[in-house]
Amino acid sequence: MNLLRELLFPLIAVIAAFIVGGILILIIGDNPFTAYGLLFSSALSWPVGIGYTLFYATPLIFTGLAVALAFRCGLLNIGAEGQLYVGAFAAAWVGIELGGVFIKTPGGDIVNSPIANLPGLVLIPLCFIAATGAGAIWGGIPGVLKARFGSHEVINTIMLNFIAIALCSYFTQYHYKVPGDPIMETAEISQSAHIARLGKFIPGMPDFIPLNVSFLLALLCCFLVYLFLWRTKWGYELRSTGSNPTAAEYGGISVRKQIIIAMTISGGLAGMVGINEVLGYRYRYYDGFSDNYGFTGIAVALLGRNHPIGVIISAFLFAILQRGGIPIDAFTENVTKDIVQVLQGIIILFVAAEALFRGPFGKFSLLKRSKV
Amino acid sequence: MLELRNITKRFGDVLANDHVNIKVKPGTIHAIVGENGAGKSTAMRIAYGFYTADEGEILVEGRPQQINTPHDAIALGIGMVHQHFMLVDTMTVAENIVLGAEPGNAVALNINTAAAEIRKLSEEFKLAVNPHSPIEHLSVGQQQRVELLKALYRHARLLILDEPTAVLTPQEVEEFFAILRRMREQGKTVIIITHKLAEVLAISDEVTVMRDGRVVGSLQTKDTNAAELARLMVGREVLLRVEKTDAKPGGPTLKVRDLSVTAREGNAVDGVSFEVRSGEILGIAGVEGNGQTELIEALAGLVESSRVNGEIHFGDMNITRSGARIRRELGIAHIPEDRHRRGLLLDFDLKENSILGVHYRKPIVSVSPLLDNNAIRARAQEIITGFDVRPANAELPARALSGGNQQKLIIGREFKVNPKLLLVSQPTRGVDIGAIEFIHRQLVSLRDAGCAILLVSAELEEVTSLSDRLLVIHDGKIVGEVDPKVATVEEIGLLMTRGH
Repeated sequence: MNLLRELLFPLIAVIAAFIVGGILILIIGDNPFTAYGLLFSSALSWPVGIGYTLFYATPLIFTGLAVALAFRCGLLNIGAEGQLYVGAFAAAWVGIELGGVFIKTPGGDIVNSPIANLPGLVLIPLCFIAATGAGAIWGGIPGVLKARFGSHEVINTIMLNFIAIALCSYFTQYHYKVPGDPIMETAEISQSAHIARLGKFIPGMPDFIPLNVSFLLALLCCFLVYLFLWRTKWGYELRSTGSNPTAAEYGGISVRKQIIIAMTISGGLAGMVGINEVLGYRYRYYDGFSDNYGFTGIAVALLGRNHPIGVIISAFLFAILQRGGIPIDAFTENVTKDIVQVLQGIIILFVAAEALFRGPFGKFSLLKRSKV
Repeated sequence: MLELRNITKRFGDVLANDHVNIKVKPGTIHAIVGENGAGKSTAMRIAYGFYTADEGEILVEGRPQQINTPHDAIALGIGMVHQHFMLVDTMTVAENIVLGAEPGNAVALNINTAAAEIRKLSEEFKLAVNPHSPIEHLSVGQQQRVELLKALYRHARLLILDEPTAVLTPQEVEEFFAILRRMREQGKTVIIITHKLAEVLAISDEVTVMRDGRVVGSLQTKDTNAAELARLMVGREVLLRVEKTDAKPGGPTLKVRDLSVTAREGNAVDGVSFEVRSGEILGIAGVEGNGQTELIEALAGLVESSRVNGEIHFGDMNITRSGARIRRELGIAHIPEDRHRRGLLLDFDLKENSILGVHYRKPIVSVSPLLDNNAIRARAQEIITGFDVRPANAELPARALSGGNQQKLIIGREFKVNPKLLLVSQPTRGVDIGAIEFIHRQLVSLRDAGCAILLVSAELEEVTSLSDRLLVIHDGKIVGEVDPKVATVEEIGLLMTRGH
């Protein structure tokens, strides 16, 4: 019953968005059924479509989870974008510096010699820790600022996004780029830091699909976040703070501590996007790689009702849109893949408008009525 | 003026109104009393068109009417003021009053015409407010006048007031009653929904008593008394007076020396010293806003320690700089004055609310850091049954409970830790009489078990009847100690308002 009610509004929002989008497609001059047919058939086709869709869903699960967790503590983490950049760069840095990668000019001069050459068994966990840790620090900073000085996390996380992206670009350009490489990217990380693609384990899934182990890590994180939030005393304290900070304080909970904890964990989750990107996909830090994962994460969390299971479902939906937009571009007369952005926008609008529905709904709901 | 005939209203399985008959005579003040959930607000919301009745009819001035929306009600001369004001804070008084009934043509709003009319109305009924001041600058009492003016501006001849005194200080209540009497003189009819019996007796001409969705009595106020009304409301005999034996105090549990709490301007609490001994209830009487809130919060460890001067000793320990968690662990429990802001996580269910403050300790956490769901459920169930929290469903969010039941949940939770010192603030605010009696008995039995209790209440009757010793606070200072057994209300009232 409760679950049903939780699912109802997001579902209505999505359906409504597709209806409005369909009308738009009609106006533009294509058949909405054809367009949607293309969208879903390509995004859900086995194995390529599904493989890519899940691959696209991976970073969105991480960022959606990050935003959701912060939100449970009453904080709006708009900084997942910056946190995932530092996470990715940190993973690449460890993969290069501790993975024994020499960066050389085309002439053979060594530009950068690594600190160590560790085997994969040590290197991969270190890369994981680096990505998560860097994101955690980047998220923790606005947490500390808010707890210590009361400065608003929205402002600080936005600012830190710019700083993160610029810093990573700087280090890429001047320290970890292979001289002569025309693309803004670091050298490739050590072979031993690569993590397995799921094609290895799933029969019929070709190896070129970048879906990798970090997808499973994302699902594991959802489970762990669920346990943390609803089954531990720490999660109770975090959620209490988000629900009513003055009551939490009354219950002997340090609100400041909770703010720092929540922002740190949130940042860490966002940083894990770097694992998918660097260790599982491109094997290097690629400047500007994020397709607004951090910001889409806000929508994912919103649509997923800040619940890990909701996050998985809505990340999957957004991934379908992302993947399914490509054939719309190619196989319809007039509609371009921008329709996907329109759909995303409408979904967000409808989810945000839920407050409007909730007002009267809340007022006339059974519980409130019988209280009279 | 208004007659409800056989009104029946169901919300799902709940029968909120069961063949309700209420007849309100013109030019009278008619009180509708009943406990929370008795159906009094539902009946009035039906009369105002918020809800439509499943059965029955409404007669206005003798004629049957269909009232489907508040607009219909307003057109028939019925106005309603809700318990929670419906005002736009940033707009002026005049703007709020005309909202939805703006004078002028479709384009231009003629606020000055409105202001003039509002002035006229406020003189007629002596409802002094400046039409041009923004709502956010007004006191609660003044905001209520704006609500009344709003109804009068729409030519209401019948005003329905839902718990109008709940938000007012005792002085404001007096002024408010004067306004109501003036309205009656001007020929208006007033319906007042309340559960405060003293007020019913003071202001109304006729009373309708409701219980469990039914009308259980229609009386002339002059022919009845508090005990009879209470019995009708609750359905059994109610003790309006607290029964307790003399205290047998032990050693001092809490020693407060020269305690001050700084506020934005000056000190909210100003050099206060007192002791609370085990096995006694020390009351603090005072007009609200004289430092009681800050005093209790400082004792509970909820005020930034930089704002606190002086010393607080608990037993042999100096706890002046200790945080809320440490104080709780030492055995200090706290029933806060504002249960929505401090006491409850409204969106959390009763289970989760029942462990706030002990959520990290055994038995709630048996294998750290995991919460033990069975222990939580057991604790919630013990509180629900032990303190008669209704509905007895631990899965409901705290928001779904009535004020009285929320309060019982908090009290149960705080009692459950077997406190050595209990800080209680406004324990029965917004609580039904039946529950008040229960809460008072619980406090006395906790005292008899040896707990030291510090009680702050704005209800003079409550502090005098519960306390074993009584201090009076004025402007952050303790201005006197009186013996609650012999002191008169006038005596205490003078200390409270004049400070000497």
